Amino acid sequence: MTGERNIWVFIEQEEGHIADVSLELLAKGGEIARQLGSEVWAVLCGEQVNELAQRVIWHGADQVLLAEDPQMAVYRTLTYFRVITGLVKQYQPYIFLIGATPIGRDLAPRLASALKVGLTADCTDLQIGDYTSRKENKTYKDLLYQVRPAFGGNIIATIVNPKTRPQMATVREGVMRQNVPDPTRKGRIEKVKTAFEPEDFALRVLSREKREPKVRLKDAPVIVAAGAGVDSLEEFELVRELANALGGEVGASRAAVDAGYISKEHQIGQTGSTVRPRLYIAAGISGAIQHRAGMDQSSKIIAINTDPNAPIFQIAHYKIVGDVAEVLPLLIKSLREKAK
Amino acid sequence: MPFNRPFHSVVLVKQVPDTHNLTGEVMTAEGTMNRNALPAIFNPEDLNALEMALSVKELVGGSVTVLTMGPLQAAEVLREALFRGADRVVLLSDRKFAGADTQATSYTLKCAIDKLDEFDLVFCGRQAIDGDTAQVGPQVAEKLGIPQITYAEAVIEVQDDEIVVRRAFELGTELVICRLPCLLTVVGSANRPRPASARRRIEYKMAATTNEYPKLLKKWPEFADEQTLGEYLTGRKLNIEVWSAADLNVDESGLGLGGSPTQVYKVNYVVLETIDSKEIQPTAEGISALISELVKEYIVG
Repeated sequence: MTGERNIWVFIEQEEGHIADVSLELLAKGGEIARQLGSEVWAVLCGEQVNELAQRVIWHGADQVLLAEDPQMAVYRTLTYFRVITGLVKQYQPYIFLIGATPIGRDLAPRLASALKVGLTADCTDLQIGDYTSRKENKTYKDLLYQVRPAFGGNIIATIVNPKTRPQMATVREGVMRQNVPDPTRKGRIEKVKTAFEPEDFALRVLSREKREPKVRLKDAPVIVAAGAGVDSLEEFELVRELANALGGEVGASRAAVDAGYISKEHQIGQTGSTVRPRLYIAAGISGAIQHRAGMDQSSKIIAINTDPNAPIFQIAHYKIVGDVAEVLPLLIKSLREKAK
Repeated sequence: MPFNRPFHSVVLVKQVPDTHNLTGEVMTAEGTMNRNALPAIFNPEDLNALEMALSVKELVGGSVTVLTMGPLQAAEVLREALFRGADRVVLLSDRKFAGADTQATSYTLKCAIDKLDEFDLVFCGRQAIDGDTAQVGPQVAEKLGIPQITYAEAVIEVQDDEIVVRRAFELGTELVICRLPCLLTVVGSANRPRPASARRRIEYKMAATTNEYPKLLKKWPEFADEQTLGEYLTGRKLNIEVWSAADLNVDESGLGLGGSPTQVYKVNYVVLETIDSKEIQPTAEGISALISELVKEYIVG
């Protein structure tokens, strides 16, 4: 084993914008590195992205491996794959963390396959701990516990990679907190060479169309979310009205999205966004485990449901047994009166 | 540019428990999983992958071979694939494959693809609903040494040695051109998978693996024994091939649980932690008092 036990974080950037999850991982990587007495290294690829390297240091990187090449201006699997596999083989990090974004989920499995190491997808928590293999009668010290929901969120599995290095995981956006950037923080920037093979250019991007996200659920201080109990357009309008009155966003359970009241972008839960607002109002949401997985870290939860035994009430700070059609107007009215 | 040759496709599919339609009964009172309560289904996005492969074949000719790895019961999804238009199906089944993580799974699938004839395209669903990892597709591509096009939504154009594909993300699309052969992982928005054809359903309902022969013999007593049944089925291409580790050119240390670098350290069944909640009456007074409390605690306002 190499002595350094460094934690690597892949910095996902597009057009000079760093993905939030990469910054979240720098913070988590720092926590782990302190435990292991090692460092956080960032892998930053792109064209003319050296200005981002400083920011990456402010957010917690001790060293930035900076791979700049016009061929890496836009993310493509094979060019990134070529450069990063080379770096991993050269430096042999102990842990390698990548955001579970469309890009991260394209890149990470291919890297893990080539490096012949284990990879755990979509983790929601990471910890360091020991693992005893009963079969081998052997204890592995200081492994990365990779915690992820499985089976539609009904179980939480902790996965380890006892033998292969780096221990790789992709991590969901929004489940970890970023550091406040510290402009006095010092770190090293190492420019690395890039070299490609002809087959790395087997795929070319002809055109791209991007659109801005319409909703930023992750940053909303207040979310009013609709579930199956909101069963008409009129009732859905009440949800919007309450969200507006609170200066918040509209969220939804899968049931409400499937019913067609709102687009998938608003979905919260296992297959949607993970949120932790100051206030979460669950309107007509029963609280299936898949939904709770995306919102149970909210500071305050108000649940409205006609069924007094709905599971959502078990995690709600305020329980209102009643029909959303009656309760929502009362909430809106009361808020407007208080605002006067 | 006009194409002038048929395309041969391989589709990787998986039989999965229907985790998207879990009901209360799936969890036992002790909080463990009652797996028998979960119906086994054709992984939804694998149906989209099959549909894309079939439509390419309809466009330029060629063939569609469907592979799955799983227990013998997984023959069911292969019959479903035959009903929809697959030309050939193969079941990879062996105790040695069991307990595989994505690394061992992709290695097994890669070795099976090596055993097939040459191919132009490999299709698979973006991810399976039991694990949601989306790792097997890219890992098979890496092991085959071919490019991957993840999140494929539409095949726009096929040329002799290149393919133009639209990729779809939550926040946009990308048009790419890629050299062949390559692997595509297909998203659910790609297409509406065709239903099983009634004609093919009749034609292929007897398609079976050899271990299903005893069951079939009970249904069709006109066959004297498994051998005559087998000859009949093979003659009509109704035998579902089953490949074990011995049929593949594999390093057995890369298979199954032993070939899996990841290990499950522990599994916790999610138990609701109940918190003390305050009951609010659904009346004007009750709600007004709630809002006052939230304002006072700076949660609202």
